Amino acid sequence: MSHFFTYAILTATVATALGLAAPFLLAALGETVGQRSGVINLGVDGIMLLSAFATYYTALQTGNLFFAILVGIGTGMVMGVVTAFISVTLKAEQGISGIGVYLFGLGFSDLLFIKLVGTPLPIATLNPINIPLLDRIPAVGGMFFKQTILVYLAFLLVPIVTFLLNRTTFGMKIRAAGENPAAADSVGVDVARIRWSAVLIGCTLAGLAGAALLLFDGIFQENLTQSEGFIAVALVYFGAWRPVGVMGGSVLYGAAIAVVLEWKSLGIIPLSASDLAATAPAVITILALLTVARRFRQPAALGKPYERGG
Amino acid sequence: MQMNPVRRGALVLAALGIALGTAAYASGASATTRSSSTPRAMSTLKVALVAPSATNDLAFTQSMYSALESLKSTENLQIAVSANEFVVSNAADIIEEYAHEGYNLIIAHGSQYGSTIESLAPKFPKVSFAWGTAGATFGMKNVFAYEASSNEGGYVQGYMAALLSKSKVLGICGPIATGDAKLYVDGFVAGAKAAATANKFTVTAHTVYTGSFSDDSLMASCAKTFVGDGADVLTGSSQSVVGAIGVAKSDKKLWFGTQWNQSSLAPHNVVASQVYNWAPILKQMFTEIRGGTLGDATYVIGLGNGGEKINFNPGYNLSASVKTEAQKLIAEITDGDITVPQ
Amino acid sequence: MSVVSGALTNAWRDRRRFLLSWFALPMSLVVALLLGAVMMLALGANPVSGYKALVIGAFDGSYALGATAVEAAPLLLVAVGICVAFRANVFNIGGEGQLAMGGLASSATALALPHLPSIALIPLVLLAGAAGGAAWGAIPGAFKAYFNVNEILSTIMLNLVAVQVMNWLLAGPMVDKTQNSTYGLIPETRLLPKSSWLPILVPNTQLHLGVPIAMVVAVGVWVLIYRTSFGFRVQAVGLSRDASRYAGMPVKRTMTLAMTISGAMCGLGGALLVFGSISHRMVTDGSLTGFTGSDGFNGIVVALFGALNPLWSIVSAFLFGGLIVGGDALQVATGVPADMVTALEGLVVIFVVSLEYMRRRSRATSLSPPGRSRSRPPEAGPPAAPPLVAAGERSER
Repeated sequence: MSHFFTYAILTATVATALGLAAPFLLAALGETVGQRSGVINLGVDGIMLLSAFATYYTALQTGNLFFAILVGIGTGMVMGVVTAFISVTLKAEQGISGIGVYLFGLGFSDLLFIKLVGTPLPIATLNPINIPLLDRIPAVGGMFFKQTILVYLAFLLVPIVTFLLNRTTFGMKIRAAGENPAAADSVGVDVARIRWSAVLIGCTLAGLAGAALLLFDGIFQENLTQSEGFIAVALVYFGAWRPVGVMGGSVLYGAAIAVVLEWKSLGIIPLSASDLAATAPAVITILALLTVARRFRQPAALGKPYERGG
Repeated sequence: MQMNPVRRGALVLAALGIALGTAAYASGASATTRSSSTPRAMSTLKVALVAPSATNDLAFTQSMYSALESLKSTENLQIAVSANEFVVSNAADIIEEYAHEGYNLIIAHGSQYGSTIESLAPKFPKVSFAWGTAGATFGMKNVFAYEASSNEGGYVQGYMAALLSKSKVLGICGPIATGDAKLYVDGFVAGAKAAATANKFTVTAHTVYTGSFSDDSLMASCAKTFVGDGADVLTGSSQSVVGAIGVAKSDKKLWFGTQWNQSSLAPHNVVASQVYNWAPILKQMFTEIRGGTLGDATYVIGLGNGGEKINFNPGYNLSASVKTEAQKLIAEITDGDITVPQ
Repeated sequence: MSVVSGALTNAWRDRRRFLLSWFALPMSLVVALLLGAVMMLALGANPVSGYKALVIGAFDGSYALGATAVEAAPLLLVAVGICVAFRANVFNIGGEGQLAMGGLASSATALALPHLPSIALIPLVLLAGAAGGAAWGAIPGAFKAYFNVNEILSTIMLNLVAVQVMNWLLAGPMVDKTQNSTYGLIPETRLLPKSSWLPILVPNTQLHLGVPIAMVVAVGVWVLIYRTSFGFRVQAVGLSRDASRYAGMPVKRTMTLAMTISGAMCGLGGALLVFGSISHRMVTDGSLTGFTGSDGFNGIVVALFGALNPLWSIVSAFLFGGLIVGGDALQVATGVPADMVTALEGLVVIFVVSLEYMRRRSRATSLSPPGRSRSRPPEAGPPAAPPLVAAGERSER
């Protein structure tokens, strides 16, 4: 155990944790925006898979990472249109339609992968960007300031989304649509359009999350996300629909994974307990949820399609 | 009160179910027995391959798939492939289906399929089953087992890794501690320790089993953790290693591959790969089957019989001294001078 | 009480109206299949021969029918579980974990009691499976009822925990130590006692006792929900927690029980997966869906396609079981990967829930659990159907 508490290992573990947390954070932030407007999207995992494949395929064909990321984001946007259409315009049962999108994304992404990609080669991944000066701070520097650009983006989005939700008119409309759509409607808010926007933002971020995950791994495979999208949705509840809370949840989850891997590597966790240790992230999340005071409640209109008329 | 539609629907359903069940039973009772001609009479062998990952996984499944395909015309084979069958019960259904359809040989390529073979083989005595990587045929006359002494190549590569590593920290990403994966890992660690002893330095080999054959992401995270621990040479086994190789490539660490030639995945970082060549043992199996023996034999590929080969990546500039050491070791193992510990 | 019963009568009428527009469900299947054909064309495969292979692989002959029925049985049970939970307005996506726990509990029971005869062991083993799943459903149910922890969060997390616990148990305490350990131990149990194997009912097929059991259970649950006072309470709680509480119903307990039963159904499905299996062991490959084959999610599709009714779910399960079994034949015949079937399932779900809107435009019906449509104001529908919302809000005695 003493090995673990060395400077180098701790730094590396935290750095890995933040890198792991980024895709969760991106997807969860997007889902937060959507859920604050009253729309729950369980198809995040499927969207992440589709965009991860799109990113991978583009990178494979063009070699241009930036373009590939754009394609990933674009895939998220397209799926956002689909999701918004189903959930907001068609007012479908949101939880279930999300599962439909998930299954579609899971099957279709792998279908395309098997058929279009002959020999799966790893693509070039993002290089870490060391932030000058800051990265030389002892300990902290190595942990926080040597990540890739998508990781920085993910964490930067936290204050941005917070600002968006709490301090802009747009954000206010989103919150109104999620809390009391009838009242919002009566003061002239176009609930459907706001929810469309929120879902689009959410799914676009999910697309970015898929791209981020793909670039972390460097290659696509069937079910690349391994339910990460669902975890991201769960983290929204954990974070009480607040970006800061969601960030806390993502980092906690990423840290749990990183620490478990590190302890396995150092032999602190023996092989026989290896699988049990893998439950740590989920168990920690559940326990944290139970012990933290549940003062926050969900957006009142979450999951309920809105129809004007009364 | 009119009968409510749900109840009506349920009655129709029940009637349908009874009708269906009766029809099924009737057709089952009168089904003609499938004639399976003895293999001796057939010139074409119908071979089915059931594998847990994709045929282009650059690892486990690809090694068997390629070997089969390479023998297709010379051995007059009719090949059917069901890949990506990592859910064992699904794979079991498929294997039984192939047996039912009268395939001559069904290759269950995955140690997780063992219990299925054990259960199905007695039901289809005229079908030959091949199971790998494993060492047991359950004492059944129609089961072949095949394994890879991956510890041999692992030993050589572990030796090289210890010599090449500057930090003297190695990282080994294992999937589940079973089959050829476990053998490889054990061999690698033993080789590394042998190099350390012979050259009087210490080497640390971190080993983690991710618990899944198919989770690329976890392998990638595992590799990143090792890099954080200071490892500059990585290795691993199973179809999920591509994740780890991606990390090796981006973090500029060295990689040793197994099961298939993984040089293409990281052209300048892969030092060598232990490549499996199943073709020789497959040929032996086909001969046996055509001769009427459907099983009860275990085949092993190793460095000695050409089933395993260390493929040095031309894209990596391997120092001559290390290469010579490696080739010396290979010769010693081949000649049986040294036995690789397991 | 009449408030709630009034609402239930309306819900009943709505359901009937939904069933009367019976073409909505098959329509979505047809549209999904058409899209699937387009996908196949785009991938260079022949859709006609593809679908033909699928249908033959799933339904042609007693062997195929048996395989389809065996695939359908756990799906049916999961679907029935979803139906129960949904009636109480709880979305149970914890099927994956409950299947695993049911499998583990039933395997452990069989391994602990190998000398019992079939007549005793099989029921015990099935009960154990149900109990294992019930426990894993009770936890998120209680969390929601008593601590207001959202069930989506808890079921997702518990799914993950369940898979790893299963991996640990199957590779550790429950592993078959008689394996040749030179090559390490495969994560599987010992061969389960022969007296616990579900007997094959039709020779030369895979059709085992689990299939009729699943069907009987589905009917039983239908009776439970629609013919007993407990079922009445479940529906009431699903419609309106507040109204039910005012009417004196034990809301929290009912909600928890509904989730527990839902979990029990999935757990029973897990037992079927183990004891109807070909290998007669519980085995996994370590991956998230290595044991369940995603039945926890496929069951949701089945339930939806069965209009959230346990009886119709029987047909739906058979259909989707056939789709899944046929998918493998499709792969062998055309080279189109079996993932096509997963994508098709997703499309079916999307179309079913989308088409529901079209129907709602013309009639005042609802597929969603009654409680969820509270924000929906009354529509201009036939006067014979007072809207659910109004019924729920009237406070008569």
